[in-house]
Amino acid sequence: MDKNDKPQVEVKNTTCYMCACRCGIRVTLHNGEVRYIEGNPDHPLNRGVICAKGSSGIMKQYSPARLTRPLLRKKGAKRGAGEFTPISWEEAYKIIVERLQKIRSTDPKKFALFTGRDQMQALTGHFAKQFGTPNYAAHGGFCSVNMAAGMIYTFGGSFWEFGGPDLERAKLFIMIGTAEDHHSNPLKTELAHFKRNGGRFIAINPIRTGYAAIADEWVPIKPGTDGALLMAIIREVITCGLYDRDFLVHYSNSPELVNVDEAHKDEGLFVRNVSEEDEIDPECFDPLNRLWWAHKQECALPSHTEGIDPALLGEYALEDGVRVKPAFQLLLERVEHCTPEWAEKITGIPAKTITRLAHEMGIMARDQKIELPIPWTDCWGNDHEHVTGNPVAFHAMRGLAAHSNGFHTIRALSILMSLLGTIDRPGGFRHRAPFPRPIPPCAKPPKGPEAVKPDTPLGGMPMGWPAAPEDLFVDDKGEPVRLDKAFSWEHPLSVHGLMHNVITNAWRGDPYPIDTLMLFMANMGWNSSMNTSAVREMLTDQDENGDYKIPFIILCDAFHSETTAFADLILPDTTYLERHDVMSMLDRPISDYEGPTDSVRIPVVPPTGECRPFQDVLIELGTRLKLPAFLNKDGSRKYKDYPDFIINHETEPGSGIGFLAGWRGKEGDRFMKGEPNPNQWEMYEKNNCVFHYKLPLSYQYMRNWNQGYLEWARNRRLVRYADPINIHIYSELLLKFRHAAQGRRDGRQPPEHLRERVETFFDPLPFYYEPLETQRIDSQKYPLNALTQRPMAMYHSWDSQNAWLRQIHAHNHLYLHPSVGKKNGFDDGDWIWVESAHGKVRCICKFSEAVEPGTIWTWNAIGKAAGAWNLSPKANEAQKGFLLNHLISEELPTDGDRHLSNSDPITGQAGWFDLRVRVYKAEDGEAAQSSPQFKPLKPPPGTIKRPGHFLAYRAGLGLFKGLFGGNNQ
Amino acid sequence: MTQLALVIDLNVCVGCSACVTSCKEWNTSGEAGPLSDSNPYGKDPSGTFFNRVQTFEVGTFPLTEVVHFPKSCMHCEDPPCVPVCPTGASYKREEDGIVLVDADKCIGCKYCAWACPYGAREFDEQQRVMKKCTLCVDRIYNEELPEAERLPACVRACPAEARIFGDIHDPESEVSVLIREQGGYQLMPELGASPSNHYLPRRKIHRKIQKDELLRADNPLKKERLPKPSPDEPSLDDVTSW
Repeated sequence: MDKNDKPQVEVKNTTCYMCACRCGIRVTLHNGEVRYIEGNPDHPLNRGVICAKGSSGIMKQYSPARLTRPLLRKKGAKRGAGEFTPISWEEAYKIIVERLQKIRSTDPKKFALFTGRDQMQALTGHFAKQFGTPNYAAHGGFCSVNMAAGMIYTFGGSFWEFGGPDLERAKLFIMIGTAEDHHSNPLKTELAHFKRNGGRFIAINPIRTGYAAIADEWVPIKPGTDGALLMAIIREVITCGLYDRDFLVHYSNSPELVNVDEAHKDEGLFVRNVSEEDEIDPECFDPLNRLWWAHKQECALPSHTEGIDPALLGEYALEDGVRVKPAFQLLLERVEHCTPEWAEKITGIPAKTITRLAHEMGIMARDQKIELPIPWTDCWGNDHEHVTGNPVAFHAMRGLAAHSNGFHTIRALSILMSLLGTIDRPGGFRHRAPFPRPIPPCAKPPKGPEAVKPDTPLGGMPMGWPAAPEDLFVDDKGEPVRLDKAFSWEHPLSVHGLMHNVITNAWRGDPYPIDTLMLFMANMGWNSSMNTSAVREMLTDQDENGDYKIPFIILCDAFHSETTAFADLILPDTTYLERHDVMSMLDRPISDYEGPTDSVRIPVVPPTGECRPFQDVLIELGTRLKLPAFLNKDGSRKYKDYPDFIINHETEPGSGIGFLAGWRGKEGDRFMKGEPNPNQWEMYEKNNCVFHYKLPLSYQYMRNWNQGYLEWARNRRLVRYADPINIHIYSELLLKFRHAAQGRRDGRQPPEHLRERVETFFDPLPFYYEPLETQRIDSQKYPLNALTQRPMAMYHSWDSQNAWLRQIHAHNHLYLHPSVGKKNGFDDGDWIWVESAHGKVRCICKFSEAVEPGTIWTWNAIGKAAGAWNLSPKANEAQKGFLLNHLISEELPTDGDRHLSNSDPITGQAGWFDLRVRVYKAEDGEAAQSSPQFKPLKPPPGTIKRPGHFLAYRAGLGLFKGLFGGNNQ
Repeated sequence: MTQLALVIDLNVCVGCSACVTSCKEWNTSGEAGPLSDSNPYGKDPSGTFFNRVQTFEVGTFPLTEVVHFPKSCMHCEDPPCVPVCPTGASYKREEDGIVLVDADKCIGCKYCAWACPYGAREFDEQQRVMKKCTLCVDRIYNEELPEAERLPACVRACPAEARIFGDIHDPESEVSVLIREQGGYQLMPELGASPSNHYLPRRKIHRKIQKDELLRADNPLKKERLPKPSPDEPSLDDVTSW
């Protein structure tokens, strides 16, 4: 074809999926090949910008790592050998349906479905619930559930797509424990504007890369000690009087009186206003029947009584003699010992700096108030003429979350943000719909094994938000019902599950063995696991009869990864350019601060080879398994395919709530709630694939307490109640679990061996403690902290197959401060061993001054197993790159039979940043190669031969479209 | 006369490499393409890129600065790569100052790469000719694109809006104003190439807290009625009568 022939040009808008930011993109095709992917300037999320990953989508689309045919492990071949036979989809469905039907009819929990991606849970969770298995979760427990839980259990919202810093109006921005995050492009744009407007940006992180590079001040900190820093800052803010008193009084439980009478059975609980008891709605979890101490009247009065000024400090006695203190007084007592000097010893940050930071935050918040002429009405009927704000904003991510002390650390951050008066206010933190949600949100997991019945959907949501021990998913002995032990006494608030323990538990048969493990978009044979080498062995381990301990593994993915070799059945998924998808309000939508926003993906090119979109496959399976939600009343098939499902599925028949919020109703003129609209997909396609609803200004702020907003949200069924969502400075919810452990509460109590642990950690106020693993190992022997960071040009292992992006990160180094090299006798660029209590890896070190000397780090997921991703076994990723995960144990060192997850004891968050190591030089005779090495993987059938020496991409010549063959070409 | 150029704001560049691959993507199927990759899935992959970001450290811990530094052809006013070219393939346009390579004339001798002090010239291993940033000459005049989109790919992609495009010979242009007002500087000006691309330096915001700003008259702690002793407790006033 002549270079000068005019190609046939097609332009389509859709949504990117090179990471979970989900920017709007415009895709140009020349003769059916992808010519150009650019940001869609009309999309509210990214407004035309696009990152390195988004711009490299072409290399994902045409990657030789693409799986294109359903594959079955070859008869007689061992699992892990990578020997597969292509089969038809019909055969694949038959195999799965036969097996799953048997499981469903006998013991549904023997089917476990785990997905790497949280952003599709509405469908995958729905399928799991319909099937009847409790064993479902996405990756959140492995990732950053502490950030979600710590904040949602405090103020009803969190970061990422749930909420974020209002950088448009903030004047001081503090970013803690963040390298890159999936809500990335908007943050980059907002941060640049913020800096150009004269805002001051402080980065608190052991490492200075990425965003921290452009911070005005870098505050290096020892990993896992942020809780101590935050407690010290809270103490300084309170003792200097830099807190927003009005805000705390009206919008948090700070003035609410807590029973502090040691002899009293209700000690530690809020005192209830008994006289209003009969007016309480029995459905209401968090009724507003508390008491304040009125200074002037010198007595206790119902909270939010008009005209009274409550005490925040002091100790008082009620009429009946019960001694009480306001919750805020208890907070002050808790932080009393958290002096800057105390925090300096733990964090490595000079006491003077800690004091200065606290003063700067407090004074900025106090003296730079914003007043917007936006009238609003609060839940107590008060009309306000203005919305005010204190322009101090935060952002934090995995650096705080991925520790076994992360929940309390993040509670401390949430409390600090509240003390500064910045929740859902201009210049501070702002929620994104569907947040704020009640504390905690309404969805609950099932309460016991009776919820799991053959041939019956699960009696409850697969995951949810426990509010009390009654909400745990345990049997009558207090033992877990779920395979990953989520929602058990081991980690009661494990709201995102524990993906990191699934394979180990299944292999060990603890709490029970399973039959089939189905993985979607989860590289659990590599970077989405801790203790990777051992996990890989578990996947192929056999019992004394020669059967695999995990009998059947189904893998759904678009690419050949380290995990595909371990599958018995592989289902090839499409890429994001080849299918329909939804970024739904029922999932993790792309809302901004101004209102709910959801979006879709539409196919831009046809599916490659025999790939089928996973969601269509799931619906097909649901239909063939005769799961009730996928059938009409007469038993006939209800949904043709995924797009049909999206249009017509409602959360309950007639509820009017579906996956997509825009253009509902017969005429397409309703939003959030309305009848299914058969033309809904066309409407999204016409509108940049996005539905963006802008709330009226008077509903956009103070939403936790904004009567107008809450009633609107209730009417649109975002939330069930329009009650105000008062900030839990003091968390009575956590105390209920402690009381159960202490035997002070009727109802469920933890098993004996967990009593002390639950009692210790379920503290209504945050406290700093050393990470759990550190407490149990010889931290002198392993003196260094080891971390990973996310690079901006790669997203986990999603881009391992990308010819362009891998030229930015072909292999990862182990970064450390020169003093570590000096102390241990090696030089910049040397091969070294990094060893933990659990394992060791060999890698190349690189000296850096941009890391605090007690920490070493590398980029996450860059190292690969030889031959994976259809890369040459000689590829840098395998030979020089390495995976730190081999060093991290998924369980704590314990003696005896009991195993405890290496996780936060409250949420089950994987403590992978708790890793402690030592380093030493590799010996002279050793291979100049990373260790461990694995037998090179063979690309399975259906993948194409890797291009030879050159790849020269040019769209429109037909060279790439026809690469993969198959039925769809 | 016009001299088109890029201004790159180091104060907001976070090193995400959007400019690197959006350039690659536009140009590989554009007039200057394809931009080949050697060993794309093998050992030491290496391809033609017109723009690269180098991240480097300055200073020692804890006062380390980290700089993300994107670099592409500077479209020098006195480009050293032009006079050395034996075939005349390397040329600077009169009308807008863009320095280009005529691939039909280029014999791949690499003289220009030796002459360029900025490493902006790449030898495309597959086509065996020299390639470099064209300031997206096939976008900026392209009337098939909406006017707002007639910009280099990297400028449109950059999430931090760190790349600004314009005529540095027009004193009113955005690029000229930025250079003038924010101390925009050239890379290695002493080498005499007079690079047109400029960089905007880091600008730190410091905040000094004055000690007397800390406690205000309306300090919220004052609203707490802290316990006072009962009048029945003995005081000095009771026992001193002189």
